[in-house]
Amino acid sequence: MSSNTVPHFVQPLLKTPFHERARLHSQIDSFVPWAGYTTVDVFSTVEQEYFAIRNAATLYDLTPMVKYRISGPGAARYLNRLVTRDVGKLKPGRVSYCVWCNDAGHIIDDGTIFCLAAGEYRLCTAERQLDWLLDSAVGFDVQVSEVTEQIAALALQGPTSCAVLKRLGLAGVEKLKPFEIGQFNLQGMALTVSRTGFTGDLGYELWMDPQHAETLWDLLLAAGRSRGIRPIGSRALNIARIEAGFLLPNMDFVSAEHTIRTGRDRSPLELGLGWLVDFGKGHFTGRRALWAEQQRGPARQLVGLDVEGNKPAHNAWLYSDQSGKQQVGNVTSATWSPTCKRNLALAIVDAPFIRTGSQVWADIYLSRELVWERRMASAQVVERPFFLPERRRATPPADF
Amino acid sequence: MSPPANSPKPYECIVIGAGHNGLICAAYLAAAGRKVLVLEAGEEVGGAALTREFSPGYRVSAAAHLLHLMPSSIVQDLSLHRHGLVLAGSQLPTTALSDAGPLTLSGGSEIALAGATAADAKAYPEYVARLRRLAAALRPLLEQAPPRLDSQAWADRWALMKIGLRIRRLGRRDMRELLRIGAMNVYDLLQEHFESPLLKGALAFDAVLGTNFGPRSPGTVLTLLYRLAAEGGAGTGGVSQVRGGMGALSKALAQAAQIAGAEIRTNAEVQRLVVDADRVAGVELRSGEIIAGATVASSADPHTTFLRLLGAEHLDAGFVRRITHLRSRGLAAKLHLALSDLPAFDRVPPAALGGRLLIAPSMEYLERAYNFSKYGEVSEEPALEISVPTVRDSSLAPAGRHVLSAIVQYAPHTLKQGWGESRQRFTEAAIAAIAAHAPRLRSLIAATELLTPADLEQQFRIHGGHWHHAELAFDQFFMVRPVPGAAQYRGPIDGLYLCGAGSHPGGGVMGNAGRNAARQILREAA
Repeated sequence: MSSNTVPHFVQPLLKTPFHERARLHSQIDSFVPWAGYTTVDVFSTVEQEYFAIRNAATLYDLTPMVKYRISGPGAARYLNRLVTRDVGKLKPGRVSYCVWCNDAGHIIDDGTIFCLAAGEYRLCTAERQLDWLLDSAVGFDVQVSEVTEQIAALALQGPTSCAVLKRLGLAGVEKLKPFEIGQFNLQGMALTVSRTGFTGDLGYELWMDPQHAETLWDLLLAAGRSRGIRPIGSRALNIARIEAGFLLPNMDFVSAEHTIRTGRDRSPLELGLGWLVDFGKGHFTGRRALWAEQQRGPARQLVGLDVEGNKPAHNAWLYSDQSGKQQVGNVTSATWSPTCKRNLALAIVDAPFIRTGSQVWADIYLSRELVWERRMASAQVVERPFFLPERRRATPPADF
Repeated sequence: MSPPANSPKPYECIVIGAGHNGLICAAYLAAAGRKVLVLEAGEEVGGAALTREFSPGYRVSAAAHLLHLMPSSIVQDLSLHRHGLVLAGSQLPTTALSDAGPLTLSGGSEIALAGATAADAKAYPEYVARLRRLAAALRPLLEQAPPRLDSQAWADRWALMKIGLRIRRLGRRDMRELLRIGAMNVYDLLQEHFESPLLKGALAFDAVLGTNFGPRSPGTVLTLLYRLAAEGGAGTGGVSQVRGGMGALSKALAQAAQIAGAEIRTNAEVQRLVVDADRVAGVELRSGEIIAGATVASSADPHTTFLRLLGAEHLDAGFVRRITHLRSRGLAAKLHLALSDLPAFDRVPPAALGGRLLIAPSMEYLERAYNFSKYGEVSEEPALEISVPTVRDSSLAPAGRHVLSAIVQYAPHTLKQGWGESRQRFTEAAIAAIAAHAPRLRSLIAATELLTPADLEQQFRIHGGHWHHAELAFDQFFMVRPVPGAAQYRGPIDGLYLCGAGSHPGGGVMGNAGRNAARQILREAA
């Protein structure tokens, strides 16, 4: 990471350990900032990369994801007070998806908790929040430290991902169940593999020492050549995550630590994540506020929409009927889904419209050769995830 | 949790701490028919309102030594005079000491100065009268639970409107003056009114006594108005001295509570609160004994109550953050001298020794004394409020002997160098400051005791050793005292109330926090 020694005011974005490799593969030199790092949003074309996710294998550099080490005898109790889900029984070798809230029950962030050993956890988050994590540690026998730069991470996702890992020589990797962690040794390099991901497909995330990053990248591409492996950027991933119904911070919600305007915070109940809130596990931050909200019922909720036509309803306002008089919500994420062959959206809608089957109308604007056109498209509230292939959960995965 | 088999009826309310606020809370609850138990960790009741022997035969009020804040209505409601409260003196004069000769300020209804310049003598009654009018408008605030700002309830809105109305009713000139000086510092205010450094020093001392402020600190007019508002509620007695020391007041309060039906147990230190189904359901003593109670009212400081007794795991992280950020480090130390004879003070008539003596010869002196505390050091030339209680109450010392009791500022709770050597140095500095006005003092000293804020923390279980449990400042005042989310005496968890100095309207031997809390409990908890 010699390039990181340039003063930060000259080059404020950090480079991940995979950066030089990414530059080699980038055909259009399209980099975007992500959590203080420069990362690729498209290597070649979004379409090529998207179809590799659903039909072959893809490599995505997720080193910028913020990572915290949480350890100590009180770590389990600490985490259970931090997040809304019951993680008190999370066993070593398992991963849990969680959200955590402020006192008002509004989401600060979502992320994954890796239980690496008894009293030894890793929390992966979208936003930096050491301050909140340390304040939450008052009264608990726990140490919290940021380890983002000490761990290089790659997502290997797609139907052939398991085959690629087997070919790489990770014996027994096919036995990993969803949300399970395995430790492997590859030519003397320690490699942690978790069966997790952000694509809703069969896939793994690989965690390693940054000094082995480039070697492992090369080995993976070599092992996956016959399985159609290719590096992908964030644009293709975004289509896949909408199909999977996953939320993206700052797209589908804004962290309660960052909102300024009243009413812009979102609770897990409003985001349709009520299944992540366990009122029976004992106290956690935001519990009393969420309980009160549960009693009165959420005023709005995030839902999945199936929109008429094939024009993505980006940022569309939603109305109760075609006349467009009464606004009842707005779209947060939208895409045409090439796999589902449906026009999908995630949207926040008012309480009367949250039930599956409800109909709303999306006001879609399209630029047609510099002239804006408007479509009022019917949209139905549908179940999420939109895309749930059997291979996502099958253990061992079929050998594609 | 079920009550122990030998208990016929579980307690409706358990009060933690038998300080004056805890006892007052218990007395009002018991008088309203509640079954109340008071648990005190110490050997006797009183908390920091205690009379202790500090040297064989010499007894003294361990912390606060003068009574001037307690509302006369509490004294009457609880019939404290019937339960043994005797005042050894009231309307005590204040004598401000200086090398150029003393200045005497008469309190109570007779506002007068002796030894001042003509201009100051003329300005003084006007100044006192106006501040008392402003304080009187604020006085009702001390006797109510602070309203909630974001509330939709009519009671809260009405309370807020009444505050505005009361300030409006002051009339245009006084209202304008209140709004002008409300957030000012006392240094600037006194510069506007007076010329004598000694007078200004004495008046400024009242604004910073027991606080983390110097006269130039913002918000010191507020602390002065607060003191005057409380003194207004205390009636015409002015500054008074309790016969037998402050511990005698606590004994009277305990008797009042017991006669009203409250049970008091000493040597019963609460170790933690028992939580059941997200509500406080009782307490566990250090002995392991568990006592069930429908509500628990804690007169311990907020830090101790929430983080040590309840535990962060039962609280939201943001609330815990506010509690950990609460400014609660004391700066006032207590000096006790056992004296073989009454010391003579230069040019001070012996009768004045029965009142209050101040060593704060100018505002600059106070500000300089304060400067050290900013850097974790003790004042080289401290400011003192001195009382010689044995002038009016011979029961506190052997015949012919005397006790000198002084509040000494500034002595930060946490020193850069630690309290090791500083204790001796600070004691010496305090004695030197007194001896400058009483040359024979050193030869009379038979014993010395210095209680630093660190000692007060340890001996009276006050986190940070602050007399008010939490600094009295705009951001920790009224509707945000001790912190948002606990300002109506109610903790964020059901069944837990605060009734100590950390709650509105704060500490000093006043008792409003205990009474307001009792009223809140009676309103809310069935």
